[in-house]
Amino acid sequence: MRLLLKHGFATLISVLLGAAILVGCNAPAATPAQKPSSSEQSISLNGAGATFPAPLYTKWFDVYNKLTGVKINYQAIGSGAGISQITEGTVDFGASDGIMTAEQQAKAEAKSGPILHIPMTSGAVAIVYNLEGIGSGQLKLTGEVLANIYLKKISKWSDSSITALNPGLNLPDTAIAVIHRSDGSGTTYIFTNYLTKVSRDWSEQVGNATSVKWPGDIGGQGNAGVAGQVQQIPGAIGYVELAYAIQNKMTWAQIKNSSGNFVEPSLTATTKAAEGVTLPDDMKVMLTNSSNTDAYPIVGFTWILVYANQTDKSKGEALAKVLWWAIHDGQQYAAPLSYASLSEEAISKAEKEILSIKYQGNVLISR
Amino acid sequence: MVETAALFSIWDVIKYDAKCAELRDNLLSNNVVGSKKEGAGRYGDRIFSNLTLIFSLLMVAILAALVIVLYLDALPAINKFGFSFFTSTDWDPVKEIFGALPAIYGTLLSAAISLIIAVPISLGAAVFLSELSPAWLSRPGSFLIELLAAIPSVIIGLWGLFVLVPFVRNPVESWLGANLGFLPLFQGPPFGVGFLSAGVILAIMIIPIITAVSRDAIRAVPDSQREAMLALGATRWEVISRAVLPYCRSGLIGATILGLGRALGETMAVTMVIGNSYALTASLFSPGVTIASKVASEFSEASGDVFIGSLVALALVLLVITLVVNIIARLLVWRMTEMRPT
Repeated sequence: MRLLLKHGFATLISVLLGAAILVGCNAPAATPAQKPSSSEQSISLNGAGATFPAPLYTKWFDVYNKLTGVKINYQAIGSGAGISQITEGTVDFGASDGIMTAEQQAKAEAKSGPILHIPMTSGAVAIVYNLEGIGSGQLKLTGEVLANIYLKKISKWSDSSITALNPGLNLPDTAIAVIHRSDGSGTTYIFTNYLTKVSRDWSEQVGNATSVKWPGDIGGQGNAGVAGQVQQIPGAIGYVELAYAIQNKMTWAQIKNSSGNFVEPSLTATTKAAEGVTLPDDMKVMLTNSSNTDAYPIVGFTWILVYANQTDKSKGEALAKVLWWAIHDGQQYAAPLSYASLSEEAISKAEKEILSIKYQGNVLISR
Repeated sequence: MVETAALFSIWDVIKYDAKCAELRDNLLSNNVVGSKKEGAGRYGDRIFSNLTLIFSLLMVAILAALVIVLYLDALPAINKFGFSFFTSTDWDPVKEIFGALPAIYGTLLSAAISLIIAVPISLGAAVFLSELSPAWLSRPGSFLIELLAAIPSVIIGLWGLFVLVPFVRNPVESWLGANLGFLPLFQGPPFGVGFLSAGVILAIMIIPIITAVSRDAIRAVPDSQREAMLALGATRWEVISRAVLPYCRSGLIGATILGLGRALGETMAVTMVIGNSYALTASLFSPGVTIASKVASEFSEASGDVFIGSLVALALVLLVITLVVNIIARLLVWRMTEMRPT
């Protein structure tokens, strides 16, 4: 009996093994038929950087891989790390929510030439709050009031500067608990960039960076950390990425834009920020406080960073192609993932940038 | 804290090594292991001992490399700020002015709160498990405590954020603020997040370690000690407080320091509940920061040599603090061992 069992086992295993080998032999023959047999087949690109656009990039590169066979790895390690990786040349492209500083650009330029900032999508920062009985979109704030709240100059919700903006609301006489991001982040960069533009006090005392010297109160780790604190503490105010706020149905405020309109954060109002405004050719521009009358004011691009002069022809070409695809066909994937698509103006500027990518003085792709 | 764990394991290895040597000598002298196989055996022994020597030197080399790399990366900050890095309370990435005092203070304060909470509880639990509990309870009890030690810190952090923090805010902090608000310790708005929550979270994380190590230390006390005490007519309390605990003092201190080591270096859970505000305040209610949480929060987005250098310098400070704590502990344990009646 035992012997029989043993034999049975051996037979079973050999049958399984045989099947596996058969399947294994069949597989490679089947795959190439599904994919275009271009020279790009074996190309793989590596990128690293911003965490904010990572879900969109992952989706893009997955779709693009199925379309063309080009494999793109993206590591969401943060904008700062993305900038240093592209500077060191350890990746084929970097990604950042902020513009590289003059110092960073000089460092990269000395190493491998100028770096292009190509916009991929834009993000907005929603101001969220926890006030009983006051729903989403009901509270109105201006940039200056927001700056003064974050500077701790306005410490109560019943402060006259807030009640003056919200005559219909019954604002409580409670302290404002100010929540900020404790980790360095592109969201903080966009938010502080906006405050720097609208408040002289803010620009003098605090300034604009991925992490700053906060006058108060509590730091939360990531969007989730900030959202968690805001939801827990009555009277709290915080800022999170719009995508996060939408997905978690948070209570957000209307912010007065530079034309004097109060605007709720939304994907359309985000895209508007780059419409009808003059954009520089190099696209190194912060969209905050846009002059478009319908724009939400706390908005910024997120960029992919590539060297203007590529050192590997086939890789450079593949990179230019995927970026071209991303700013055209790729834009349809933005809205379902709560990202704002690029405006016409932004796309045409980005096109020019991509077409200017060169290898040994020659352009890599043309229209 | 990795460094602490490494240090302790080196000591354990040394201790274990001494035990092994003793055992081997015993075996040899009793002729259990003969000296017949000298030829081949000697070779193997030599290779083995060289191999282990290399491994142990590797550990020392890793520590040295760690210190050197940290120092080199921290140089831009050290050159710019010098000693004022330790006394300044600023942390301004925009103006590139950095000081470590609030982080050092926060690290020590949160660790101190956690020890104040954890040590009595752990000691009580260890005494109960090893001396008083019935056998059927002792084993599952120990098992559960060790299980607590195995919970990843991010999970404890999440629990802290969603369960502990609201509880600390109300009723704990509101009650303390209303009734003991005259003390500087309990002033300010009750946010929930802050030093108090961080201390409690840390206490929860170090209780299992301190309990487990203390329990083993207490169990290692020879029964003759207890019997001698009982023979003198001592009560159970007297046996424990006058014979057992003094006998294993060094083990208990070792256990506490092991817990302190983890409390000093714990990152994730603390970051989630401490509030991450770079300020130097006496109130336990106020949000604060620890070295580990600051480094973990800001490192990935930091740019510029001085900013990164300052974060690395913070890490270096943490390393030095843990080393100093461990050295003090070692000295204490040595002194205790020498003084112990044999």
